[in-house]
Amino acid sequence: MKIKQISVFLENKKGRLLEATEALAKAGINIRALSIADTSEFGILRLIVPEPERAKEVLETSNFSVRETEVIAVGVPDRPGGLASILSILNNAEINVEYVYAFVQKSGEKAVVVLKIEDPAAGIKALSERGIILLSSLDVLKL
Amino acid sequence: MIWNKEAECMAFEERESLQLERLKTVVKKTYENVPYYKKRFDELKVKPEDIKTLKDISKLPFTAKADLREGYPFGMFAVPFHEIVEIHTSSGTTGKPVVAGYTLKDIQVWGEVMARALTMVGATKDDIIQNGYGYGMFTGGIGVHYGAQRIGATVVPISAGNTKRQLEIMLDFGSTILTCTPSYALHLAEVAVEQGITSKDIKLKAGCFGAEVWTEKMRDAIESKFNLVALNIYGLTELIGPGVAQECEDKSGLHISEDHFYPEIVSTDTLEPLPEGEKGELVLTSLTRDGMPMIRFRTRDITFLKRGVCKCGRTLVKIERITGRSDDMLKIRGVLIFPSQIEKALLEIKGIEPHYQIIVTRPHHLDELEVQVETSKEIFSDEIRHIETMKKKIESHIEKSIGLRVKATLVEPKTLPRSEGKAKRVFDKREL
Repeated sequence: MKIKQISVFLENKKGRLLEATEALAKAGINIRALSIADTSEFGILRLIVPEPERAKEVLETSNFSVRETEVIAVGVPDRPGGLASILSILNNAEINVEYVYAFVQKSGEKAVVVLKIEDPAAGIKALSERGIILLSSLDVLKL
Repeated sequence: MIWNKEAECMAFEERESLQLERLKTVVKKTYENVPYYKKRFDELKVKPEDIKTLKDISKLPFTAKADLREGYPFGMFAVPFHEIVEIHTSSGTTGKPVVAGYTLKDIQVWGEVMARALTMVGATKDDIIQNGYGYGMFTGGIGVHYGAQRIGATVVPISAGNTKRQLEIMLDFGSTILTCTPSYALHLAEVAVEQGITSKDIKLKAGCFGAEVWTEKMRDAIESKFNLVALNIYGLTELIGPGVAQECEDKSGLHISEDHFYPEIVSTDTLEPLPEGEKGELVLTSLTRDGMPMIRFRTRDITFLKRGVCKCGRTLVKIERITGRSDDMLKIRGVLIFPSQIEKALLEIKGIEPHYQIIVTRPHHLDELEVQVETSKEIFSDEIRHIETMKKKIESHIEKSIGLRVKATLVEPKTLPRSEGKAKRVFDKREL
């Protein structure tokens, strides 16, 4: 089950992350999960939000470069080896993982991991076959 | 359409004899009435009578912009002051501006050459010309104005800036011709797209763009965004203002109104005249200017001459699109390059918007060239390695074109300054 993520290009300049998040706040868009990838010159802010299309529009109006990407979200047991078990499935299926970020809800329950993988369809198949539960957009937003 | 067939399509020999006759007159008048020129002529031991053929022009002294500043404010005028009816200045980056004085006849000549230029662009008395060149001391606005009135077109003297109002007027009045700097035209087109205005809503059929160096890629961008024909105009305050040369629909160069402005191309190193077709600095002599005649003015603009009968029927000599100025030529690690070369290379890459800045620094006694480029939807990716690849692609493409290693930096969209007049794209921060 693919879910939509939006990515925002940020220059490494004072206040840019603030401006991006303020634009979303003003539009009443709540961020469910986020990660930032950064280099010395720029960063990429990745967000899971309800209404990704509207979030994209809001950010573009504020002159940000925005892209929609498809990722998958997986619930992993919150214990040692939880993530490794997921990754080994993908590894065995020879599916490259481009990046991963996670958010833990309540300790002891399931953690949610967002993965960007090379071949989402094949990845979903491999994970489902091994009984891993993939989260839908709705599931993620309910967290 | 040709405004003045007799002058613009004149037989070559006939024009040459007209030019010679006018050259003799202007040289004599200048020698007799402008002490600065008398001094320079005397230093070179040249007399007005030494001009027997057009080639003899190379015996005359050059005039540089700095020479004009020496005569500030009115020292270069060749007529009694009461004959001067209008004054303009040309902005300079250093020191005092250059002051240009016009007699009533000069103003009429200006209207004539601008009428030729606007007719070349397609203007008739039925057109609405939205004149987005600045009015005031700058010659752009008023030059277009005089030409438009000569044709009998309707001129909207909106001047530069106020983008929202420009677009409103464009829609409400149904302007058919736009005149402004090419960078501002592009800015207007971008804002129009943002506001949901499509080329169907606007009636523009042509644009007359100039006052700064621009490229074919920029032309393509403006033409496709506005669905119009974008043509290049050339001029300079020292000679008259806009209207010295104008591109016709053949887009193969700009026709110089050479019955009024005599062109030469000289080597930037030796200042010796170059044969036709060779690239060098454009030097212009005013043949009919009374108020402030100019002898061999060094424009600093780099181009070459193309003679022959144009497809449009005109016999006026053409200059190639200006690709750079000898004084904004950058010397980076000993290599001479023009910002326009960088622009050209940049815009060859798919997805790059024509908004960029070139920054030259010398951090460790070594020149560094940074090119800042705005990200667009096409080049922004969610993955760092793709962005890094794009950066490398920009860097290697520019390096291949100009032979210099550059650093490309991606910046956020619409963060580089948009200009309403001449775009400033090069920032040389070296302390040389």
